[in-house]
Amino acid sequence: MFSGKHIRSAVLVVAGIATNSAFSGELRVGVAAEPSAADPHFTNLGPNNQLRRNIFESLVATDDQQRPYGQLATSWRPVGPTSWEFKLRKDVKFSDGSSFDAYDVIYTVCRIPGVKDSPSLFTTYTKAASRFEVPDPHTLIVHTEGPYPLLPIEFSSWGIISAKANGIDGKAIVFNKSGCGDIKYPTTADFNDGKAAIGTGPYLLESFRKGEGVRLKRNMGYWGKAPQWDTVVMKPLTSDGPRVAALFAGDVDMIENPPLQDLARVKANSSMKVVQGISNRVIYIALGSGPDNHKGISAPDNKNPLKDVRVREALSIAVNRDAIVSRIMGGVAVPAGELLPAGMFGAHPEGQMKPPTYNVERAKKLLADAGYPDGFSITLGTPNDRYINDGEVAQAVAQMWTRVGVKTSIDAMTSSTFFSRRNKFEFAAYLAGWGASTGEMGSPLKALVATANKTTGYGATNKTGYSNKAFDESLARALSTVDDKEREELLRETSRTAMGDWAIIPLHFEVTPWAMKASISYKPRVDQYTLPADVTSAK
Amino acid sequence: MLVYMLRRVVQSLFVIAAMVVIVFFGVYLIGNPIDILISPDATLDEIEATKARFGFDQPIHVQFFQFLLQASQGDLGRSFVHGESAIGLILHYMPATLELAFLGLVFSVLLGVPIGIYAGYRSQRWQGRAIMTGTVFGFSLPNFWVGMLLILIFSVHLQWLPSTGRADTITVWGLQLSIFAPGGLKYMVLPALTLALYKASLLARLARAGTQEALLQDYVKFARAKGVSETRILFVHVLKNILIPIVSVLGLELGSMIAFAVVTETVFAWPGMGKLLIESITKLDRPVIVAYLMLTVLMFVTINLVVDLLYTWLDPRVRITAEPT
Repeated sequence: MFSGKHIRSAVLVVAGIATNSAFSGELRVGVAAEPSAADPHFTNLGPNNQLRRNIFESLVATDDQQRPYGQLATSWRPVGPTSWEFKLRKDVKFSDGSSFDAYDVIYTVCRIPGVKDSPSLFTTYTKAASRFEVPDPHTLIVHTEGPYPLLPIEFSSWGIISAKANGIDGKAIVFNKSGCGDIKYPTTADFNDGKAAIGTGPYLLESFRKGEGVRLKRNMGYWGKAPQWDTVVMKPLTSDGPRVAALFAGDVDMIENPPLQDLARVKANSSMKVVQGISNRVIYIALGSGPDNHKGISAPDNKNPLKDVRVREALSIAVNRDAIVSRIMGGVAVPAGELLPAGMFGAHPEGQMKPPTYNVERAKKLLADAGYPDGFSITLGTPNDRYINDGEVAQAVAQMWTRVGVKTSIDAMTSSTFFSRRNKFEFAAYLAGWGASTGEMGSPLKALVATANKTTGYGATNKTGYSNKAFDESLARALSTVDDKEREELLRETSRTAMGDWAIIPLHFEVTPWAMKASISYKPRVDQYTLPADVTSAK
Repeated sequence: MLVYMLRRVVQSLFVIAAMVVIVFFGVYLIGNPIDILISPDATLDEIEATKARFGFDQPIHVQFFQFLLQASQGDLGRSFVHGESAIGLILHYMPATLELAFLGLVFSVLLGVPIGIYAGYRSQRWQGRAIMTGTVFGFSLPNFWVGMLLILIFSVHLQWLPSTGRADTITVWGLQLSIFAPGGLKYMVLPALTLALYKASLLARLARAGTQEALLQDYVKFARAKGVSETRILFVHVLKNILIPIVSVLGLELGSMIAFAVVTETVFAWPGMGKLLIESITKLDRPVIVAYLMLTVLMFVTINLVVDLLYTWLDPRVRITAEPT
């Protein structure tokens, strides 16, 4: 009924037209996905987190490379094996005038588990804290049950609200992990209508209207560097064609995720430009190597060939990553040799962990050695509307696998169906993506490769049944090492263990483009967020 | 009359019940919303706890029973995505769709009816044929394509009208409307035109056929003999007589315009119910989908009823009786 492709080709018809509206103090952004609430703790998903960062700040924040820096904390350090000390900024005021201190942090952590109707609570990033200590209002000590090196980075995921502004005396709060007692919290509706939208961030919420967008205005009392724009409008333009058209029509100043097909058109227009940067999202193929047989595979010996490491290696080196990147991704992607791009914490430096070399002959030989000279048949599951050109990439992989003798058929579907079926272990092999929200190697390794285990909480997205004891031990060691240098080395080692066992097939890292007027500029972020406070007029 | 109304109500209750069952179980079969809505970083425990909080750990018939229990108290549940009451959410998006559909309807009548009457009047000349050819395009061009084309011409090239979105609203009769707001119409012209094109073609064809027929009637000959001007004959006497089919089609089309403005709303990023529906479907937001469809059925039933009542007013020969038709 509704074909994005047609719209895109219609947009391609447009000749480039200069749109030089007068430079004003307003920035209008066309966003690709809409936040579901202005409540900073309603749901832990990208569009909501993106909005949150304008209004509510966190103790630690992450820069464009997802490296942590102090936001409401000036410094932090481990004080003992299971506690972290945060020194808080003293000159910070919430937008209602109340000053920020350690009790606001505790109040926030108290609110998070009880947010009503939340489909994705932020407890993922607060549950490590078992006890708080406040030696003085601007020092906060957080105790954890075991060594927890990721605490500062996890504390960058949620925004802090004011206890005083909500009529609570912070000192009186008795923190308890299972509930802080009968304290009044603002409701999600209070945030949506702006009443409770009281933060310390560079912008204030002027209005939040579902479907129509968000209006922000400058926070005059902001403690940090004042953003350039007096007001910001974030308009949800969820379909690709209309979003590009809005940029060409001059209705917005910048857009997220212009479709690859239109990048050349934007670049050809002298009044517009594209900026792009690598993201923390890897596109990978997971191999159902756990079960002894899998209904998505039919091999001559009725076993599961994916249990054999030689078969997994063959499937990985049978994929020509360079061809996928240049032909299907239009060059807007980077071939991957592990699960996090070089330069990020725990990834190998550039060139040390190269993508596996494409080698059809060797792949065939490995298959023969493993006892499958005539290959086998497998079904590759994939979403077709979740990642950039996901369906096409899966098609290409299927052809490449078929070329080495593994007859591959594609089962492509819309993402809502795909993820439900994937989580029921229905695919022998599937294509998906992983964005490392903590910006370090531990994130993909513990979610995708670690053995699924309720006690550790690891392996939540390991829907392959893969389990490797050596890997699990190595990962556990890394994730309990507080020293950054040491942990980074251990994470690299753990990544090598996973890649050496061909546990998962990394394909490429997505590159995120933004299209905008030539008169403004934005530094690409690996976490793919569009933060208006960081948009400046081009020099 | 009363019996007739009662029968209508009972019929529509059956339709709603059948629809609810189909949608409820259909969405359940597609997948579990938490699989899409929860952050990928959540642990297995958290995923299970979240599913339990929403009651997804219960077997489907238990979930359905709970839904029925709540629905019988007038509560259609809360959106999984937004955490708000599903009905409240739909009502929030509804004024935008209503005003757009209304303007679309006005456009289609203003365009379609006069053109159709003229085409009927000149049916054997080139003007009439040209108009009929034009309506074929009106029928067959896909909505999204027309919408994009209008954006390209009027927003990107000429830069006369904004490409997407809705003006800031003002409160009129308790509704958030943009149609009366300053600059509000500017945002509505293109989407309303896109919506109107198909309906205008339909109305033009209806009006043409009616006019052709009416022109052969004795009262037209008589009026001509009396010296009444052609304009007056066409737009007073003929128009009155061809209105009945037009009104009945208009009623149905208004319903479909409100319920299925999905594509137009998506192309123009118009914050209406259609856009809400599409987004709810992609996220398996069952309460919103069910509530939306229930509302749609209700609306169609009501519109049909109103159209029936309008008949009697337009044509005194029509009588509503208890006999099934």
